[in-house]
Parts: sequence; C-alpha cells; structure tokens
Amino acid sequence: MAAINHTFTPINNTSAIPLEKIPVLAVDDFMQSILKSVQKSHRISSYFGVATDKIDTTLLYVILSDDDENRLFVGRTEITGGSFPSLTALCPQIHLFEREIAEQFGLQPIGHPWLKPVRYTRNKTSPVEPAVGDFYRIDGDQIHEVAVGPVHAGIIEPGHFRFQCNGEKVLHLEIALGFQHRGIEEALIGGPDKKTIHYMETAAGDTTIGHTTTYCQIIEALSHTKKTARAQVLSGIALELERLANHIGDLGALSGDVGFLPTASFCGRIRGDFLNCTGLLCGNRFGRGFIKPSGLGSDIDSTTVDTLLKKIIVLTKETKDAISLLWSNQSVMARFEDTGLLTGQQAIELGVVGVAARASGLSRDARLNHPSGVFRFFQMHTCTVDSGDVFARAYIRWLEIEQSIDFIIKQLTSLPDGSVTPSSNDLDKNCLSVAINEGWRGEICHVAITGENGQFVRYKIVDPSFHNWYALAEAVKNQEISDFPLCNKSFNLSYCGHDL
Amino acid sequence: MIQIFIHLLVLLIFPPLLPGVVNKTKALFAGRTGAPFFQLYYDIFKLMKKGMVISSTTTWVFTVAPVITLSCVLIAGLIIPIGNAPSCIFFTGDFLVFTYLFGLARFFTTAAALDTGSAFEGMGSSREVTFASLIEPALFFAFIVLVKLTGSLNLSGMVKAGSAIQYHTGSIASLVMIILGLYILFLAENSRIPVDDPNTHLELTMIHEVMVLDHSGPLLGIIEYASAMKFFVIGSILINIVISIFSITGWINYIVFIAGMLILSFVVGVTESIMARLKMSRVPSLLISSILLCGSSFIILLR
Repeated sequence: MAAINHTFTPINNTSAIPLEKIPVLAVDDFMQSILKSVQKSHRISSYFGVATDKIDTTLLYVILSDDDENRLFVGRTEITGGSFPSLTALCPQIHLFEREIAEQFGLQPIGHPWLKPVRYTRNKTSPVEPAVGDFYRIDGDQIHEVAVGPVHAGIIEPGHFRFQCNGEKVLHLEIALGFQHRGIEEALIGGPDKKTIHYMETAAGDTTIGHTTTYCQIIEALSHTKKTARAQVLSGIALELERLANHIGDLGALSGDVGFLPTASFCGRIRGDFLNCTGLLCGNRFGRGFIKPSGLGSDIDSTTVDTLLKKIIVLTKETKDAISLLWSNQSVMARFEDTGLLTGQQAIELGVVGVAARASGLSRDARLNHPSGVFRFFQMHTCTVDSGDVFARAYIRWLEIEQSIDFIIKQLTSLPDGSVTPSSNDLDKNCLSVAINEGWRGEICHVAITGENGQFVRYKIVDPSFHNWYALAEAVKNQEISDFPLCNKSFNLSYCGHDL
Repeated sequence: MIQIFIHLLVLLIFPPLLPGVVNKTKALFAGRTGAPFFQLYYDIFKLMKKGMVISSTTTWVFTVAPVITLSCVLIAGLIIPIGNAPSCIFFTGDFLVFTYLFGLARFFTTAAALDTGSAFEGMGSSREVTFASLIEPALFFAFIVLVKLTGSLNLSGMVKAGSAIQYHTGSIASLVMIILGLYILFLAENSRIPVDDPNTHLELTMIHEVMVLDHSGPLLGIIEYASAMKFFVIGSILINIVISIFSITGWINYIVFIAGMLILSFVVGVTESIMARLKMSRVPSLLISSILLCGSSFIILLR
C-alpha cells in the first residue's frame, strides 16, 4: 500500500509544482494506482486530458484527495492511440470524468458501461448540439416514460430529465445536461488575460466568490504572490456570505416546494438581505469584481464594518425565527424525512461532495480537509447528519448557516489591518497548480497547467455539481415522482457549473 | 322570483372573490401584501381577451371539455340552496344528479388532459381519478346522514336553515363529523393544500393544475371561472349544513350565507398557511379518513 505514495506525487492545496516533478506513469500503473487509492478512501477530485503537440498523444492527469490525511496527490499518464482503459465498472465516481475525456479528446474509454456525451455532440456537418443521446429505457406495459425539460416552468436553468416510472414510482432517472455549455475551459487556454477572471465569476453565477477565490489561489501559487491577512479574511467573509445567502434561499425553496408558505416567503426576503450584505462589502450583490489575484477589488472602512455587523445581527434573529418554523412543523418534517435517500455507501462510491456528502454522514468539507486562506487560521467544524434524506440535506444547511454567521461576526470584529491592493507577477512556466475550496455547494477544484511562456495550456474546472448530479439520479430511484422536485431542490445543483 | 334572481346573481358573480380571500389570507400569514381580492376577476377578464394555442394532437374533446365542466358546475350550482329560499331546481334525488354532475365534469377534464398526449397530463389524470374514487363514498355517506336526519330526498330539504333544531339529541355529533369529513372532501375537490398545491409551478407534483397545462386564453379563463364556482358550490353545501344548526330565518340568511363563505375561504387560507402538502402516497389516507368520518357519523345515527 505504501507504494501509492510513490506513484502519485503529493501536492499541497493552493500550490504549484513543476511538471517535470510529476512522473509520467505507464497506463496500467496509472489506472491501478487510481483504483488502489480509491480503495484507500481517496477521492477523485479531478481527472482530465491535456492535448499535446503530437496528434495521437494525450496526457491524462488525475487529482486525488485524501480527506483523512489532508493531502492531495497528482498523477499523470500518456495515452497514445485512440483509447484508454475505463475504470467506471470498478470505481463509479470516475464515470463522468471518463465520458468527458471521451467527448473532449475523442478517446474511447474501453469498457465504459454507459458511454454517451456529457455536454455536447459534435459532428462534422452540424453545429455543436446539447448532449441528448439515447436514454436508458425500461420496457413493459406498466412502464411509462416522463420527459421533463430542457425548458422548465419557473426561471431555473435548462436541463433534461428522463424518468422511467411504474405508476407514481420512479424506477430510473437519467439526466442530460449541456444546454448551458459555453466553452469556458477552451476559452481559458492561452490565458490568463483580462477576460479570464470574468469567466471565473460566471462559471456558476451563484458561486461567484467560490470559483473566483479558487482561481485567484491558482494565480497566486503560480506567481508566488499572496493575499495579505486582511484580504484573506475579507474573501473568507465573502465566501461565507455567499454560503449564507444560498443556504437560506435553498431552505426557503425547499419549504416552498412542500407548500409551506411562511418560511418560503421569509427566507426569500432574508436571502436578498444577505446578498445585500455582500453588496455592502464590495459593491456587488454576488461579489463580482471583489476577489482578485493577491488582493481585492475594494477595501471596507470601519463604519461599513459596523453597519454590516448590525445588519447581520438583526438578520441572525430573523433567520432563526423563519427556519425554526420548519423543524417544528410536523407536516413539513413528514415530507422531508425518508425522502430522497442517499446512503453513505452510495455517496462514497459516487464521490459525492459538499452538503449532499455531509448529509449522508461523510466528513467532507474542504474548509477542514484542505484548508486555504483564512480557514488555515480559523478552524471550521464539519457538520454531518447520517440520515441521507431531504431532511438531512436541509438540516446541514441550517447548521452551516449558524456556523457561518458565527464566523463572519468573529472575523468582522477582529479584522486585521493591511492593504488589499492586488499585485502581479509573471506566472511560473511548465507548472501545475491545484486549488480546492469549499464553495457553498461543495468542493470546487481548479487545476491549471502552464506552458513554455507561462500561459495556460489547460485550465480544468470541476464544480461540485459535476460530482453530485448522478447522486440525485440515484436518490430519486424508488421514490415517488412527485417528490422529485423536492429531492432536486435539496441537492440544488448548478447547470452552468456543470456545463461550463 | 326575486330569490331566483338573487341566487343567479350570487352564483355567477360571487365565486371568483373566494380564491382572492384565500390568497389574501395566505399572503397575510407570509408577511406579504398579496394580490388584490378581485385578482381572479381581472385574470378571467384578461384571459377572455387573449388568443388560444391549441396543440395539433388534440381533438374536439380538448376544446369542449372546459365548457362542459363549466356547465356542469353551473347546473350543480342551481341545485344547491342559497339563503332562505329553496334552490332553483329541486326534485327527489337531486343530490345524485349533483354528485354525478361533478363526475361528468371530471370525466371531460381528464379526457381533455389525456387528449393532449402529454406525460404530465396523463399523470395528473391518473391522480385525479384515483382520488375522486375515494372522495365519492364520503360525499354519499354525508348525504345519507342528511337524508336520514331530515327525511328529505332533495338537497334543498336536506340542508335547510334551522332544520337541525328538530333533530333528536345526539344528531349534532353526526353533523359535526360530516362537516369535518366534508371539509377534507372540499379541500381535495378544490385541489387545495394538503392534497394539491394550486400555487406550485412543479408539474410533477400537480394534480388538477397539470391537467389544464395545455389550455390557454379563453379556455383557461373558463376553467379558472369553473374552478372558482366549484369552490363556491361545494363550499355552500358545507356552509348550509353549518347554518342548519342555527335557527336563522328570513333575509338575514343571505348575509349569514355570504359571511359563511368568506369565513370558509379564510379558514382554507389558514389551513394552507400552517401546513405543508402531504406526500402523494399519503393523500389516500386523508381521503379515507374523510370516508370514515362520514361513514361513522351514519353509524352513530343508526344506533
């Protein structure tokens, strides 16, 4: 077992290593090492291809997280020819990564049980089209198929859901995404330039701070600069404000989905108030333009700090009042409990991250497992609930809301002095850098590889939604189809974060 | 003659106000201002002026269904008594016609929904007829109790104001039980929480709303109007039974009736505000409890 540490190269979160220090493994060794690592409860944070100068050669990189030991590993191998061995049958969490590699590089994952496009289909004659392909079908007189989307009622993003049902019971759900594909990863190659940070801010619009913070850490690692203590604390506050706004919005939406109005209305308003807090902090309600490499877009003066503190203290009480209505209402609890079960074992196998993982009893929180920025100095504790149902995913959010408010108040009252002005420096050449952060939805993993002139030859973004969409499909199996919207909301995954 | 005129006036004009009261109550609980009381009138008026989009897969059933539904509800509305007068139409056994008018309306609503060929509407129809089959027994048990109490075989006689005074002692318990049972039935028939959620945008969870997804413009306007009237008609049975416990005579009956309908709407609003919707698989349990309430009230009466 000790051999694993030799085959894959350890790397610290938010750091960079020269490419020559990552040995190129033989394909079989590489694959066996991934399997062994996953058996040792490592997790695949990222797995992607990188094009090379030679037409029939592609490099595959893997980033593995060892959450228990707080370590990250990077490994790579070289694929020549048109195929590579698929590990999906033995390691389900890799299935979507393999489909992605197949789609982006035209490589065939040999032995993949369900190979179809992830985001788009591209052939020579037609333009790029969404990834709707063949769907898994169950035959039988009693079976009916329900197709939902891509255009939905309401204002949510587009995605297609294909249910196989027996009466009210869902036997199988297949989710087809890609309608939001904008080609962000392709556009980042050759960067960073003035546009890069704007792509990051909108990679997933509700996770602006999360993705931008992660990107900035990559740039800081590659350019040997860093944020001052003050800038780190403020960006940590922004990250937690983002978490608060989204978690509160989610609890309101969950409440609305079961038809419980008071919490739905109050939380909708309180979410807006927390967005306004971010607005007060940096001038934009979603935090756009705030986080910059090695600095911040703007600073905050002491009167604004006081105003912010006062607002948050008022909001804390209102939040508590609105959300505690949920836990004390039996009709709401009857809907939440035992709905949309995702067992801990399933969550481990599927590599689930974030709120959904913690709701299935897994202690996965990058703020604790792979801390960066202010979280290296301020220990967050990981909230877990074992039941794996909608209630667990709702309750985790509530626990995290309490913790985030606590964090923000503590940090705001002891804000360090210093400048927040960004500085810049040339990026290291031929390096790989990894940054992992806990966005409100879960683990955000960015990997950058620089080339001869210090520009990106590959920039890989993994949004937590990429890990978790399949878990949603598993959670609704054998549930009632009428509970699907509730399950969906309890995961609340991003379409654009997945589609990129 | 004047009473028939008032009956028609109330039946045709009053119903769309009731969902307005429900929504205002819900808004109050949620800390919102809410839509105006008369919003549904505006909505229906607006829909009537609009054009229609009709799917090419549908047949005449799709277009005719809303009209039939409205007619059925209207006729049912003529059978129920309002105020101190007997209803416009009454004859022996009219409560059977009353019940099956709703059955006819439901048949055409579900047929129109299936006509679209949409998976959503199919699911909605399936739910609607499943739940309806559980609602019907409760309604009949309630009617049997009323028949037994009053000895009358028409609705006007069965729910006459002040009639409860003549009942033998102990029959009030039966009345209270059928009122509870009918309240559940009323919520279910009008697709209110906890059975259905009229405000949801989630097609997969809907029952009634999903069956009319494809209707638009004037057809949707007719459906909205018919739904409001159904709320009024079924609610008026409930209110008439409550009024029958008190001895009220003369014109004041009308005022009490209207006030009763407004209070009923308020109570529906409160119910919707303080509880979440039931899980779909639990709905039959609630409906069966309505059958049990009405059924046992009949047994109590026979003891």
